[in-house]
Amino acid sequence: MHDKTLTELAAGLQAGEFSSRELCQSALDRIQRLDGDLNSFISVTTEQALADADAADQARAAGDAAALAGLPLALKDIFCTQGVRTSCGSKMLDSFVAPYDATVVEKIRQAGGVSLGKTNMDEFAMGSSNENSFYGPVKNPWDLSAVPGGSSGGSAAAVAAGLVPAALGTDTGGSIRQPAAFCGITGLKPTYGRVSRYGMVAYASSLDQGGPMARTAADCALLLETIAGHDVRDSTSVARVVPDYSAELDTSLAGLKIGLPKEYFGDGLDPEVETAVREAIKVYESLGAKVCEVSLPHTHLAIPAYYVIAPAEASSNLSRYDGVRFGHRCEDPTDLEDLYKRTRAEGFGEEVKRRILIGTHTLSEGFFDAYYLKAQQVRRLIRQDFLDAFDEVDVLMGPTAPTPAFDLGAQKDPVSMYLQDIYTIAVNLAGIPGISVPAGFAGNRPVGLQVLAPHFAEAQLLGVAHQFQQATDWHLKRPAFGKEMA
Amino acid sequence: MMQWETVIGLEVHVQLATQSKIFSGASTAFGAEPNTQACAVDLGMPGVLPVLNENAVAMAVKFGLAVDAEIPETSLFERKNYFYPDLPKGYQTSQMAQPIVGPGKVEITLDDGSTRSVRIHHAHLEEDAGKSLHEDYHGMTGIDLNRAGTPLLEIVSEPDMRSAKEAVAYIKALHAIVTYLGISDGNMAEGSMRCDVNVSVRPKGQAAFGTRAEIKNVNSFRFVEKAIAFEVERQIELIEDGGQVVQETRLFDPERDETRGMRTKEEANDYRYFPCPDLLPVTLDGAYVDHQRALMPELPSEKRRRFENQLGLSAYDAGVLASSRAMAEYFEAVKDVCGDAKQAANWVQGELSANLNRENLEIGDSPVTAEQLGGLIQRVMDDTISGKAAKQVFQALWDGEEDSADAIIEARGLKQVTDTGAIEGMIDQVIADSPVQVAQYREADESKRGKMIGYFVGQVMKASRGTANPQQVNSLLKQKLDQA
Amino acid sequence: MAIEHADVLRAAHLARVGLSEDEATGYVDDLSRILKMVDQLQAVDTQDIIPLAHPLDATQRLRPDEVTEHSQRERFQACAPAVTDGLYLVPRVVE
Repeated sequence: MHDKTLTELAAGLQAGEFSSRELCQSALDRIQRLDGDLNSFISVTTEQALADADAADQARAAGDAAALAGLPLALKDIFCTQGVRTSCGSKMLDSFVAPYDATVVEKIRQAGGVSLGKTNMDEFAMGSSNENSFYGPVKNPWDLSAVPGGSSGGSAAAVAAGLVPAALGTDTGGSIRQPAAFCGITGLKPTYGRVSRYGMVAYASSLDQGGPMARTAADCALLLETIAGHDVRDSTSVARVVPDYSAELDTSLAGLKIGLPKEYFGDGLDPEVETAVREAIKVYESLGAKVCEVSLPHTHLAIPAYYVIAPAEASSNLSRYDGVRFGHRCEDPTDLEDLYKRTRAEGFGEEVKRRILIGTHTLSEGFFDAYYLKAQQVRRLIRQDFLDAFDEVDVLMGPTAPTPAFDLGAQKDPVSMYLQDIYTIAVNLAGIPGISVPAGFAGNRPVGLQVLAPHFAEAQLLGVAHQFQQATDWHLKRPAFGKEMA
Repeated sequence: MMQWETVIGLEVHVQLATQSKIFSGASTAFGAEPNTQACAVDLGMPGVLPVLNENAVAMAVKFGLAVDAEIPETSLFERKNYFYPDLPKGYQTSQMAQPIVGPGKVEITLDDGSTRSVRIHHAHLEEDAGKSLHEDYHGMTGIDLNRAGTPLLEIVSEPDMRSAKEAVAYIKALHAIVTYLGISDGNMAEGSMRCDVNVSVRPKGQAAFGTRAEIKNVNSFRFVEKAIAFEVERQIELIEDGGQVVQETRLFDPERDETRGMRTKEEANDYRYFPCPDLLPVTLDGAYVDHQRALMPELPSEKRRRFENQLGLSAYDAGVLASSRAMAEYFEAVKDVCGDAKQAANWVQGELSANLNRENLEIGDSPVTAEQLGGLIQRVMDDTISGKAAKQVFQALWDGEEDSADAIIEARGLKQVTDTGAIEGMIDQVIADSPVQVAQYREADESKRGKMIGYFVGQVMKASRGTANPQQVNSLLKQKLDQA
Repeated sequence: MAIEHADVLRAAHLARVGLSEDEATGYVDDLSRILKMVDQLQAVDTQDIIPLAHPLDATQRLRPDEVTEHSQRERFQACAPAVTDGLYLVPRVVE
């Protein structure tokens, strides 16, 4: 059962092959038996999940099954869930039981989806390896000595290990796509504004976007249909009709124009990753697509611009964690300064503090123009690179990450860790959608193919990914981890 | 002796009279139990987001139009970052680089009736903070966030005022504008209008400004005047004693009528303003601005001019009556009932204001309605009652004896006797009863008769118990006495 | 632009993050390398380029002025560290 896709499980439920309770119970058992080694969950909500599963079974019996009725999934612990701890991977929120649901959580519930729990992540979504979690690192099910990627590493590992068929993640600089690539699953970052951010703990508000992580593009389409759409509670969410993504998956690729950004195939790209990606592109050519080289000339500035904008927004977004209304508070503060400084020194991990300090510094007097304004100007240039490229081609393709998953503890220097996001970060700055699709292996570790499309072209993106998965079986490969368990 | 000139600029925070907060759907009502009107957005809980209240925007635009300001097509919300317990998110959502209201001007009226113009630098929208309650909670301070997120319009003037009186006139003018527009209740006691006053002094004739002190949170017209007076004297004394004014924030202590430096360490503030990524640029096109303009009521300066030019009131009367929307509306209602602007003005500013002042009431709380007062004035104008009786009727209306002037006149029998026959009868009787006085009158010089007739008028009025029309009595008496 | 020890202490104070001297020294080193990477931005000519704050060229939607939220004080304060009589408590604030 744990090898099946959401779509297959939905069919099984519909055909009465198993009940949602059986399905969810089996997944919960698997989590209990395997997650000790993976650490992909921060909280497992067994009772609530089984109650929801029963409710879904009853609804189905009454002929009232919604799109995700009875299907188990997991939520990155960045989405607020009413009555359930929402930690964001931080000691700061270890005690925070959210009094409300995030909009996407509400939508999942309304569609009958059953959350089994909250997945591990880099603290406040800051990281590319999931090593920055207060709850400890997550292991990559393909190789327990490797990282799963980050920041949605728990969601990626849980799906890859067959603990859940799908999960939600968030992507601020690659946090859905890079762990999807490292764990050999499919992960979609939608267009900025496509999915509501309400109730999603903010890291960098102008870059954050929630999205689906699953085995297949078809499953991602099913989830995106559920969570996308305008939300009156999010000023940055876009009032635009949500297409029927599932219905558009089979659009033919004949004549599709694929651009390969030459900057995505340069120095620092692992040869095995490059080989896998080039093989994948050949598959597309065999499906009737045309391939050409394009240039995104400001690519090298994406990481510098991101490390001004994201920390600046984060430094302000994280000021609310002050020990007054919720979350961690230091013992016996002597005065207000002590309350703030000790609470925040104790509650935040090292990487979070690093980014708060960088953001505070670059916004401060005398530095604002040189850093923040400059980065926003460069952000426009980076977006323009994509707009220009999409005048020439329909989609862009390249590697999701320059290397396969690296070893736990291998990246000690923050800057070299940041450089891991070289191919994903510009996408967030531009606000366009991107998907990572399993495309082979480098040694025993998966490789992801990244496909990018213009703003709001998720239907095309999902179709392009789905057609590839009809022609290949990389997305069907399963790690040895947990295989002995049915 | 050096001659000093005072330079004053004001930042006035006006709480806008919206139903809900600027970025959330929580109520803005005053006086609720602590933290019962602070929703997840106001509390800055994780993951929540702001959405802008359309009415706050409309109100700011109306204010801008009222002060002849430019309304830029695009305005931006920014974050002002600092830590304070009454500021839940660790930043205040405000506007700096691109405020919603650009430069404008306000006409102020001084006590002598002269007017002048004070320039507005800009006005911007922002969210209010909560309140710190310093009563002792186990040695701690309590935080109530009900007020957090209440929309504020911060109106920043140029340093155009040269005396405390001008500053007060400016605040009064703003108060009149915002209450006229209905965009604020203007209740200073509840903090609906709060002023930060920037004061400096310079030798008369010097172009450069002196170093200013900012006096925070001065919350009544009277305190503004006192705070400035104290501060000006302090600064002059300081300089004349060889000292220097330090740029600092000071607090006004209304109990001692003095300002003093704040005890907290004045650290160099670095608010790290940057565009709020949770809010998008606000764009207001010409059609929107025109629509708001069409919804605006007549403003105090326009009203004053109309009262003077069309209703023929004196500049002083027009100024007083137009000073508040409630006063002007009351006056106009009285005028509409009685049909005479001058009579209405006299009664509103005379008898009514005297009674209101004595009992410390606002015009909105007047026990005498505009309809009642208008009805009373009608009865004076159509000679139904005498002016003297009218005062009695007013007092009876004030005391709530009857619903209308007519009912009181009826009940108390105050109706003037205007029937010539009846008055003549009383006159004949008085003349018959006063042979000595009649003889004296008739012998007297024409020039002295005017004075002597008073006696006869008094007797007739007495005989009529005050109900005879005095003018009628006078002229009939004159006729009869002069006849023989 | 180089970052000095004093800059880190200043940022830490503005951000109200308590740092020991040793920690501050470590951050000087980290932040210096990050800013060195960021400094690549300075090489680009961005004259006349309008800063981009949001990836989409959208404008703010306005919300009707309606009260839609009602008191949930008990729920919201259930996760508060220190509360008395409905008030959040902080160490004494002196003005």
